[in-house]
Amino acid sequence: MQTDWASENLQVIRTLMERSAVYRRALAPVMGLVGATGIAAGVLGAVLDFETSRLFAAYWGAVALVCLAEALLLIRRQAVKALEPFWSPPTRRIAQAVAPAFVVGLVIGIVFFFLNIPEQEIVLPLVLVWIGVYGLAMHAAGFFMPRGVRIFGWGYVIVGLAAFFYLIIAADNLAVFPIPNPNVVMGVLFGGGHAAYGLYLYFTEKREKVA
Amino acid sequence: MNTKPFLQLDRVIHEKGRLPIVSLLAAAPELSFTELRDTLKMSDGNLSTHIRTLQEAGFVSVTKSFQRQRPLTTCALTPAGRKAFAAYIDLLEEIVRQARPAK
Repeated sequence: MQTDWASENLQVIRTLMERSAVYRRALAPVMGLVGATGIAAGVLGAVLDFETSRLFAAYWGAVALVCLAEALLLIRRQAVKALEPFWSPPTRRIAQAVAPAFVVGLVIGIVFFFLNIPEQEIVLPLVLVWIGVYGLAMHAAGFFMPRGVRIFGWGYVIVGLAAFFYLIIAADNLAVFPIPNPNVVMGVLFGGGHAAYGLYLYFTEKREKVA
Repeated sequence: MNTKPFLQLDRVIHEKGRLPIVSLLAAAPELSFTELRDTLKMSDGNLSTHIRTLQEAGFVSVTKSFQRQRPLTTCALTPAGRKAFAAYIDLLEEIVRQARPAK
């Protein structure tokens, strides 16, 4: 019947346009694993209790690399399963979108590494910059991903800014506003944030989108 | 049934091999030849033929350049291509609408 092929063609067009423009891999496992790694790294960091910005930047730089490797491996596995190219156009666009923010985070991390500041209070602004910059990266990536990722990015930007203002207020009233351990802050914000979003996606992400 | 929308369908786009190419290009600013080939799982020759047809119709522009000393061919929909694709979708929707029973 004439209408059957017309509907099928529209469906094909829709699928292909989505494939070309929107990142379709399941995000729940990626977010969950990165979240778990972040929380574990936060706990370990708090136990090890680094005292210099050099150790802190090196440690969390390594954690970031591990998280990136985990995410890429999971995404690649999904792509192989779906018999689709790993480096698809949406994946490439996401990489391009997050690159500037990631470079800023990396450069600031390197600066803190070489400054080698001894006090933990000074290390905390690095955490907040990283959180804010990461939020910007997620927001940029969100233009090629499900809408929730942009909200997730905004969440990090807002939390980073709120924590920054808390730090300004706390600097003059340390007795009232304690300064938390930067590793704990990273574990809670980075690890906890991803774990919570992963859990949300696990229950809400459409299974048919798992290509 | 009114066959007018069917007869108006652009024959360049309304072809099994070319419709997926145009659909992919419609959702992206530009795509490389390799990306199109890998996504659609087409052979180089087949894809080249379809792209040439679309290019001759003025629907697709092809740019050849070099990336890391390797030739890179990128394709993009031209404004005329976008317009034709939008018109094609409108006609498909009209065909589907006509077949739906009136409420």
